Amino acid sequence: MGDGYRFVGKPIPRNDAGDIVTGKTKFLIDRKMVDMLYGKVKRSPYPHAIIKKVDKKKAFKLKGVKAVLTWEDVPDWKGGTPRYTRVLDRKVRFVGDAVALVAAETEEIAEEALDLIDVEYEILPAVFDMEEALKPDAPQLYEEFPGNIVTPGVPFFGPKSLKEVVMGDVEKGFAEADVITEGTFGYEGIPNPMPPEPPGAIALWEEPNKLTLWVSNQSPYMDKILLWHIMGRKVEIRTFGGPCGGSYGSKQMSWITQCHAALLSRATGRPVKLYMTKEEHLAAFVMRPASRMKARVGMKKDGTVTAIKGTWLIDTGYYSMTTQSQIAVGCGEVQIAVHCDNWDLRPVIVCTNRNASGIVRGFGGQELKCSLLPLISLAMEKLGLDPYEVLKKNFVKPGQGYFWRDGIWYVYRGIDYSKAMDEGAKAFGWKDKWKGWLIPTSINGTKRRGVGVGVHGNADIGEDASEAHVRLFRDGTAMLFSCLSEHGTGQTTNFLKMVAETLKLPLNRVSLSPPDSMVNPYEFGPAGSRGTYSIASAAIRAAEDALKRLFELGAQKLGVSPSDMDTEDGMLFSKHDPEKRIPWIAAMGPDRTVTGYGRFEPDYTLTNCMMTFVEVEVDVETGKVDLISVVNTSDAGKIVDPKGLEGQLNGCLGSAGIDTAIFEETVLDRRTGHILNANMIDYKWRTFSELPEIKNVILETPMESHRFHAVGIGEIATSPGPSAVLMAVSNALGTWIHEYPITPDKVLKALGKIKGGQKEKDRALELGGAR
Amino acid sequence: MEKKRKEGVRSGKKKKIKLSVNGIGYELEIGDKPGEVDYGHTLAHTLRETLNLTGTKVACDHGACGCCTVLMDGKAVLSCMTLTVECDGKNITTIEGLKDNKTGALDPIQQAFIEHSAFQCGYCTPGIIMSAKALLMENPSPSKEEIKEALSGNFCRCISNYQAIDAVITASNRGR
Repeated sequence: MGDGYRFVGKPIPRNDAGDIVTGKTKFLIDRKMVDMLYGKVKRSPYPHAIIKKVDKKKAFKLKGVKAVLTWEDVPDWKGGTPRYTRVLDRKVRFVGDAVALVAAETEEIAEEALDLIDVEYEILPAVFDMEEALKPDAPQLYEEFPGNIVTPGVPFFGPKSLKEVVMGDVEKGFAEADVITEGTFGYEGIPNPMPPEPPGAIALWEEPNKLTLWVSNQSPYMDKILLWHIMGRKVEIRTFGGPCGGSYGSKQMSWITQCHAALLSRATGRPVKLYMTKEEHLAAFVMRPASRMKARVGMKKDGTVTAIKGTWLIDTGYYSMTTQSQIAVGCGEVQIAVHCDNWDLRPVIVCTNRNASGIVRGFGGQELKCSLLPLISLAMEKLGLDPYEVLKKNFVKPGQGYFWRDGIWYVYRGIDYSKAMDEGAKAFGWKDKWKGWLIPTSINGTKRRGVGVGVHGNADIGEDASEAHVRLFRDGTAMLFSCLSEHGTGQTTNFLKMVAETLKLPLNRVSLSPPDSMVNPYEFGPAGSRGTYSIASAAIRAAEDALKRLFELGAQKLGVSPSDMDTEDGMLFSKHDPEKRIPWIAAMGPDRTVTGYGRFEPDYTLTNCMMTFVEVEVDVETGKVDLISVVNTSDAGKIVDPKGLEGQLNGCLGSAGIDTAIFEETVLDRRTGHILNANMIDYKWRTFSELPEIKNVILETPMESHRFHAVGIGEIATSPGPSAVLMAVSNALGTWIHEYPITPDKVLKALGKIKGGQKEKDRALELGGAR
Repeated sequence: MEKKRKEGVRSGKKKKIKLSVNGIGYELEIGDKPGEVDYGHTLAHTLRETLNLTGTKVACDHGACGCCTVLMDGKAVLSCMTLTVECDGKNITTIEGLKDNKTGALDPIQQAFIEHSAFQCGYCTPGIIMSAKALLMENPSPSKEEIKEALSGNFCRCISNYQAIDAVITASNRGR
């Protein structure tokens, strides 16, 4: 196709491809420093306790042990929102909470030392259920959070930070409705995104207040900002990023691990590498928030949603760093997915004595959709409406609006995604497969098939600020200065493609600066699918700014006006008289570089969209659910990297995505607080031999983002699927399922084949009973 | 040099493990000093920590995810579940050894993985490629089902599974 692009949209291998397939890529876990020590964390076996006494003597006697730190030895560094969670505290709040830190010459010695630390605890009663935690006599996790209710709101989002969806007049809305339905759905499997490389850090502290940190995460620049606040705004921090072995949101922040490494380096004066084991990763790093929603929905016969009123309980575990942000973004995203004039949806964030929730792909919106879309489906069922048509009708249209995370109303100026949804429905064969609510698509012996559809959209594609520099060199090469780690999306190559396209240089003449917070400007990092619009906009503007300066130099030399200048492959020429041409070096001279600056200001007036169709097969004898086929459909404006996009969208299954509806969950023993499947055998994940058919239908309708008219959609791939699976299984079975993941026991209970069915459970929930 | 020789004399009684990694012979003494092989060391540990061959990855460290897959005498093994002391006399191939050292040419599987973008974060990729290598050495023309079966012990959280299968098919077609 003649779009004139040399790199954008072309199937060009990633810059790091050769290193990845030959094992040359150095992830942080592969790195060593001269004189390096190894850090380990002693963790609490109790879900809630006061540390009465710690005896470190035996540990210190072990040869090779260089530091043993407890809450008494460390400064008052605090994280969380608000910052109430001390990096090492006298109180432990979940099984796995940090009690002591050890640095030693080898990992083995550090681990051995952990067992030599004697800790005396005063065990406190613990609470593991949201509704239990809200009761007046429940154990209290923090003095600062009375009733275990976490303070709502996000200072970073501004004074009006979105805390709920309240607008219009719900009573009027219900009066206008043809049907009103009510129910409860829970997405409470607290699945783990489980990237392969565990979380870790290498820290070097230099007295009195200098910290250099090597990090493995999505946003290396933001660690510097976050830790500066946590460390009392007194520490000068420099961060280095690098290849990150998977994140899926979760490694956007690893502040606790980073602080542990920093404290051990501070105590020893040597670099300290601290990596979690996979067990620690699954039991003591972050997981998805748990979410339970009870709501009433009013709907008209034509599928117009007239009112939504309900409560949304979110279990954040023992503390929250970002749960309020996830609520804010989720509350914005529901208005994008479901147009409704009258809302009264009130979230409550609760803390309980389990491992903490944190960022995961879908960022609040997935959690919310998993309950809200089934609640809306109850109304569609009563009216006999096709869910695909209703979801299409209610997804945000140009000119409509939403309150975003900052509490400000934005008018959507993007495209109508209906065309993409229609194409997806066609590719899936929705019209043939949809037989009506709670009716299987087909029955073959004990196997019943059903179909479902879900939708998600996110205006965070334009979230937060990005800055970039582009520096031109006299030899006709350029460097993009942007503080970026590659965490799997391929975006570091894509930004270079867009810069090369703008500078009209061969791709191999454009390179990326090292991900060092000292040499690069502010960068929020790739999150919420913001890279393609936000990060790229800063890079493109920096390239354009650099070119403008170069054209001024070239115009002087050639005696033409700067507006008459153009460039290609490192040559400058006059557009009117292309014979007048000089290489960059002739314009720049031997002793000059040219640097352009670009900045992206947050813009919440565009949103991406993903609609996912699924077909499942349920064995009513064994209760097993199999995913047969998936169709993801969207419009990307312009596809920058076709194969990378394909990979990101296939990612809908893993990283706590669609499979959280079928088999993925973290199993918490609600008597002891121990996680029972904190390893990769007992935590279930999809293997090569169980892949469903996937089709990704992506249109390219140019969008008003930047000169390449593209927007990002990778992050949201996981989000519409789980509720689609719930719908599909319910249709296959002929009865509603109310909880995820839909493991065989839940199927058999719903069919009345084993005890403890859904109806009993609903009643228990309504009575406010414990599970 | 002097120091090394002395150590050799001092540890003359020590047992040694001889193994070949990517065609290079190593004699590693058994012991608990840096550079030695402890009885508890896994092959993954020896490759990564002692021989600095960090292309072999460890994720779960208990045989569940396949990230640490290497070839032992041409068969795929999990190096996190193999003790180094069991590797005496064995030929080990890691991801670093797949490239043709003389010509610099990539293995056809590596080449196909690049062409298909058959990775995202790339952390599990070396393990997947080594499992695919073992498969194609044994069965140069596998069916799609056989490829899925051979890779079923390899974790890929980003879900590059589909593109990895296509890459193995491409590599096997070229090998025909």
